[in-house]
Amino acid sequence: MSRFTHATIEKNSILLLVLTLIAVAIGGLVEIVPTFLIKTTVEDVEGVRPYTPLELAGRDIYVREGCYACHSQMIRSLRSEVERYGHYSLAAESKYDHPFQWGSKRTGPDLARVGGKYSDEWHRVHMADPRAVVPESVMPGYPFLAETPLATHDMQNSLKVLALLGTPYSEEMVTETMSDLYVQQNPDEDYDPMVERYPGAVVSNFDGDPETVTELDAIIAYMQMLGTLVDFSTVERSTLVQ
Amino acid sequence: MAASREAAPGTVTAAAFGVGGLFVVGALISIFIAAGTHDAVMAFHATLFILFFVLGIFAIGKRHFDAQERTPEPPARDGINYHDGPIRVATIASLFWGIAGFLAGLYIALELAFPGLNFDLAFLNFGRLRPLHTSAVIFAFGGNALIATSLYVVQRTCKTRLAGDLAPWFIVWGYQLFIVLAATGYLLGVTQGKEYAEPEWYVDLWLTIVWVTYLIVFLATLARRKEPHIYVANWFYLAFIVTIAMLHLVNNAAVPVSLTSPKSYIIWSGVQDALIQWWYGHNAVGFFLTAGFLGMMYYFVPKRAERPVYSYRLSIVHFWALIFLYIWAGPHHLHYTALPDWAQTLGMTFSIMLWMPSWGGMINGLMTLSGAWDKLRTDPVIRMLVVSIAFYGMSTFEGPVMSIKAVNSLSHYTDWTIGHVHSGALGWVGFVTFGAIYCLVPWLWNRKQLYSLALVNWHFWIATLGIVLYITAMWVSGILQGLMWRAYDSLGFLEYSFVETVEAMHPFYVIRAMGGGLFLIGALIMAYNVYMTIRGHVREGEAMEPAPAGDGQLAAVGAK
Amino acid sequence: MTYETFSVFAGTWGLILLVIMFSAAMTYAFWPGNKDMFEHAAKLPLDDQEHSDKGENRS
Repeated sequence: MSRFTHATIEKNSILLLVLTLIAVAIGGLVEIVPTFLIKTTVEDVEGVRPYTPLELAGRDIYVREGCYACHSQMIRSLRSEVERYGHYSLAAESKYDHPFQWGSKRTGPDLARVGGKYSDEWHRVHMADPRAVVPESVMPGYPFLAETPLATHDMQNSLKVLALLGTPYSEEMVTETMSDLYVQQNPDEDYDPMVERYPGAVVSNFDGDPETVTELDAIIAYMQMLGTLVDFSTVERSTLVQ
Repeated sequence: MAASREAAPGTVTAAAFGVGGLFVVGALISIFIAAGTHDAVMAFHATLFILFFVLGIFAIGKRHFDAQERTPEPPARDGINYHDGPIRVATIASLFWGIAGFLAGLYIALELAFPGLNFDLAFLNFGRLRPLHTSAVIFAFGGNALIATSLYVVQRTCKTRLAGDLAPWFIVWGYQLFIVLAATGYLLGVTQGKEYAEPEWYVDLWLTIVWVTYLIVFLATLARRKEPHIYVANWFYLAFIVTIAMLHLVNNAAVPVSLTSPKSYIIWSGVQDALIQWWYGHNAVGFFLTAGFLGMMYYFVPKRAERPVYSYRLSIVHFWALIFLYIWAGPHHLHYTALPDWAQTLGMTFSIMLWMPSWGGMINGLMTLSGAWDKLRTDPVIRMLVVSIAFYGMSTFEGPVMSIKAVNSLSHYTDWTIGHVHSGALGWVGFVTFGAIYCLVPWLWNRKQLYSLALVNWHFWIATLGIVLYITAMWVSGILQGLMWRAYDSLGFLEYSFVETVEAMHPFYVIRAMGGGLFLIGALIMAYNVYMTIRGHVREGEAMEPAPAGDGQLAAVGAK
Repeated sequence: MTYETFSVFAGTWGLILLVIMFSAAMTYAFWPGNKDMFEHAAKLPLDDQEHSDKGENRS
């Protein structure tokens, strides 16, 4: 203990800190960094596009209500899952998801390919009162979505931020945010330019009321596009090898 | 804050003026945001910030004038003037938020059994209450317990007063503000949508400030210690603090939609975001719920058993192996997903290897009792601590098993995961925290003994029964659900529709809620016991506690 | 960067690094000279010898 001075003490606690940091940094670096560098991590498939403003707004509501607590959006490459839900999920299909919503629990079914499986009408009833269409369901009812006009104040900023983060939103898409959002839920309007910008976008009177854009419009628009973007009949198997 | 050491504790120093100045700036920024925002939640949260800063400035002023009138606190019997005020606040906060979190958990368990309890209300729906429950128990209950015990242990094992004068107070109250912001945000629909990292960008920023202060105070206290060696409990606490900082910063990297909007978008996306999320998520378990609480174990078990830890060497190997291996385990949450196979395999391999240091730690904790096993019979507090270590061993065995891909293909997405988490959370984290708090309260408030050991006994048995009901119900429901999802009929078709599997869960959800209810009742008994202890009462007919006095407890208390 | 380069690097340099780190931690823990220090450290939580009776009159 005679060599023991205040300086060595100080050094030791900093040394402990540094060694700890090194020990805990390695695992993360080795696992995370290569997924950015190795190109095949995200497959090169056609059809995946950024969300339309209405779908994005729906996705924001999905996040807000914590739907991920009970619903996954990730079909695993297991026979029973592929037969129940459809083709297993590709990394490419969620590449514009900030944050990802793969989920970790299936109190309710997987939603990765729910798009187009049910009618808008079914979703309207189901959202308001799940047990009206599925008596055994334990899902909460969301009747308030139909009554809440969609808050669009930050919509354009949302697209700008996502563009900044690497989502290919063009300048035109950003400037047309509000009209694109409106026409997608009103089939009487001229929606062709919107569909040209967002190929495959479904235009429908989602909540049954074309006048006001409600949160129900947005969430159903999002539900109806989930998992529909990639046409698996045209995908070559070799591109799916990771 | 070094200057405060010379001045009378509590009086305003240059450092306190600096903190006050920063609070004024913080209040001004909050006013600016409250005025500029179009979002009601943001305005509400900015108001909470303003309140915090204003009250903070008042508190600093009041402390100054109080300190001038009051004689300085006497030192503890080892001659050191420990800084325990903030620790008392964090201890009570831990119990308070714990009960709130258990209650939220019970309610959402009942919602799954009886969905009518959602009442079609936004703020009561399962999706919003679930993060409220997880955050309340992990970050509010567990976090406050970790802050309280780490600040207690670092002072006692370093034989020195906490560094900083206002800083420890700021850590504790700043952390409570973080909890309130996060919790009210969830209820009002402000969330990032990342599990266990739901608070939005401005709440994350606030936590960063609090956490960095915590790290600095902890390091500075270590640096001024009067012992040559840093006791191993502090290693675990330090690893917990610094690793959580790293995980928090990377996982929550986000760009807000505007400075007056609560909404932000995470920088990462898709598969990389998934990997980063579970790197974070699993190490919230590994470092928040394991390393931190192991720090607790390495102090309170030896202290209560009145014998040194079984093998100090093993504790060092335990430390390095645990922190190095844990960080790799995240990808086992993503088996068979779109995450590359090599990453899944790495995650699985390291999860299995993790079994060894985990059990090394368990053995070290349990064997500390060797030669004193009779205490298990006589002291319910030590029984709680020992059972917590047993649960630690059980869930750290179950975890590696579930990380094996073949097992995971069955267990993932089911209630088995929920059962596993709760055997760790209720059994390990809950019990080790209860045990530590039962030790801490008499020490912190200078009481001879707890109000009642009999009530500790009741708490122990009721809570244990609750845990058993909970985890067995979830095992059965989880495995049943996993098997039903993959069952085929004789024609080769899937046998069950999804909703049939939902229906089959109902009885288990009821049993689980009962288990959770018992655990909550146990915690309420504890709250009463702690309250009466702080009031200075001793239940009639209770024998003198055989437990040791804490370091730095007043001499009159423990002297024989 | 391809999977192969990553894999080869991990299997060589990565392995060497892990072996070195493991050896370093074990050497530190089992170095005979550290024994006394560890034994002292293990008693830290139990060590309340420096009693002073100043605290008795605390209100």
